Amino acid sequence: MKRSVQVVIVVGVLAAILYYRLATPRAWTEADIVLLESLSLASLGPLPTDPSNTVADDPHAAELGHALFFDARFSANGGISCATCHQPIRRFSDGLPRGQAIGTSKRNTPSIVGTAYSPWQYSDGRRDSLWSQALSPLEDPNEHGGNRQQVVALIMNDPDYRARYQQLFDWLPDLADTQSVNDAFANIGKALAAYERVLLPGTSRFDDYVAALVAGDTAKQAEFFSDDEVVGLQLFIGAANCTQCHNGPLLTNNEFHNTGVISLPGELPDKGRVVGVREVMANEFNCRGAYSDDTNGSCAELEFVRTGQELTGAFRTPSLRNLENTAPFMHQGQIATLAEVLEHYNTAPLAMIGHNEAKPLKLRNSDLRQLEAFLLTLAAPIDADPRWLQAPALPLAKEHDESQ
Amino acid sequence: MKICFRAVFILCCVLTGAVADDRDWVSQRGLFVVSYASELEPIQINTLHAWQLHLENAAGDAVLGAVIEVSGGMPVHNHGLPTQPRVTTELGGGDYRLDGLRFHMAGPWEITLIVTAGGSTDTVVIELNL
Ligand code: HEC
Ligand code: HEC
Repeated sequence: MKRSVQVVIVVGVLAAILYYRLATPRAWTEADIVLLESLSLASLGPLPTDPSNTVADDPHAAELGHALFFDARFSANGGISCATCHQPIRRFSDGLPRGQAIGTSKRNTPSIVGTAYSPWQYSDGRRDSLWSQALSPLEDPNEHGGNRQQVVALIMNDPDYRARYQQLFDWLPDLADTQSVNDAFANIGKALAAYERVLLPGTSRFDDYVAALVAGDTAKQAEFFSDDEVVGLQLFIGAANCTQCHNGPLLTNNEFHNTGVISLPGELPDKGRVVGVREVMANEFNCRGAYSDDTNGSCAELEFVRTGQELTGAFRTPSLRNLENTAPFMHQGQIATLAEVLEHYNTAPLAMIGHNEAKPLKLRNSDLRQLEAFLLTLAAPIDADPRWLQAPALPLAKEHDESQ
Repeated sequence: MKICFRAVFILCCVLTGAVADDRDWVSQRGLFVVSYASELEPIQINTLHAWQLHLENAAGDAVLGAVIEVSGGMPVHNHGLPTQPRVTTELGGGDYRLDGLRFHMAGPWEITLIVTAGGSTDTVVIELNL
């Protein structure tokens, strides 16, 4: 009896050791290093130009957009600005499952850092530029709850905004003319976009590690990454298949995939891209529309856009460079922690609609912990002058802040 | 002689900014032979780009006026292309511009071309590994 208890204990301890034993790193191959370099921020090219927005890279437009982004007067109740949901201290997200303003948004508030690199905005890609995206929260009854007439009138009636608008666009709208109001509304989106284009991800410990790896500097490698983080990275590019979708220097292919994330309790499953693609094609502010500055009509993304049932329940792959301070995760904030995200991928449940492209990983708990350790190495400060990360210090904007 | 021709061909492609995939792809019933040169070389993931296709018949003559239907995807992941590429221009001499291609993952891809010319139709599957 006593002996059998001993045996059980010994076997139990051995099993626990086997189960919890952390894997140790293997040597990197040449092919691994090529892949790792492709994931490093060092291989991120310059921001793609936006031919549909002539002020996209105009510093005055970024200044104006900066002021607009933080100005709560652009809302039905005078209390909501873009920064209500896209909060700089939370990497421009809000910590809630879904955006909360005048009402509740349909989805989770994503970080906007680095999104200027994506051909599509929103998790269903229902907008094809930053400027056309910026217009929809202003008129969404659950978000800013205003309308274009009010937005343009505010610009015209505020002497500072009016002067800056006129200087930038060399033109002032006629509030009595719908066409003119639409033109001015689009321009306001273009200034907001110019501001958002300065919000880019900074160099993370992962990027430093890859640089040390490429340089063959083993001391630095050990300084930047622990063994667990190395194993986590090896899983990320290997057995866990994460780079199937989270690839390139922003760890996203910006394409749409069904990953079987279950909708919030009591909510119908979200159709995702299959609806988003119809919306972007019909949107009056898209690249082909009358308000786009792309006069030679390239608009290749719209021209070669893919439609079809495969996109049912598919969402845009988010960048993994924005995981810090942005929980909860997924399109409705369904998953609270990174550990639970990894648990989700490990089991890869059947999708409620469409089919889950990810296959069950069947990794051990210890593998998942190492994978998580790697994901945390992607944290990095935002690569932008600190003044962009708070409300602008202009006398006028200060006044608004104080009156809130 | 053949090597010399190939060298000249590759040189031309380099000079015109396109590099040829060094393979001919024969259609399933042997009616057409297709080769392609990507404008993006080497092909990188997540980048919209175009290919120049060259079509010949079994006798080695350029195929003119072909209608080409394009599809593709990753058989191992059971999904299609992220875009809907299409032949936008017939360039003459059996050359066609295939625009709007993008590959969003590394791994094995297939591009399927259903070619109709001179009253007959045949399918070519081009395989590439990124
Ligand atoms: C009520 C909260 C709220 C407000 C206010 C708000 N947003 Fe958002 N924002 C969201 C939500 C929620 C999403 C995601 C919706 C979706 O994917 O369908 C989003 C998405 C975005 C995106 C797309 C990011 C991506 O990666 O797809 C950008 C850019 C953005 N917002 C900018 C703005 C700007 C500019 C303003 C002000 C004009 C603004 N937002 C106001 C909640 C808000
Ligand atoms: C088939 C493509 C695909 C694969 C493979 C994949 N992902 Fe994702 N990932 C996505 C998509 C799409 C989303 C957003 C889903 C949603 O919003 O419902 C996402 C979301 C996430 C998020 C949440 C990010 C956020 O800001 O909300 C994390 C973290 C994540 N993935 C990590 C991983 C890891 C780690 C792996 C490997 C184990 C992996 N992914 C494999 C496509 C993929």
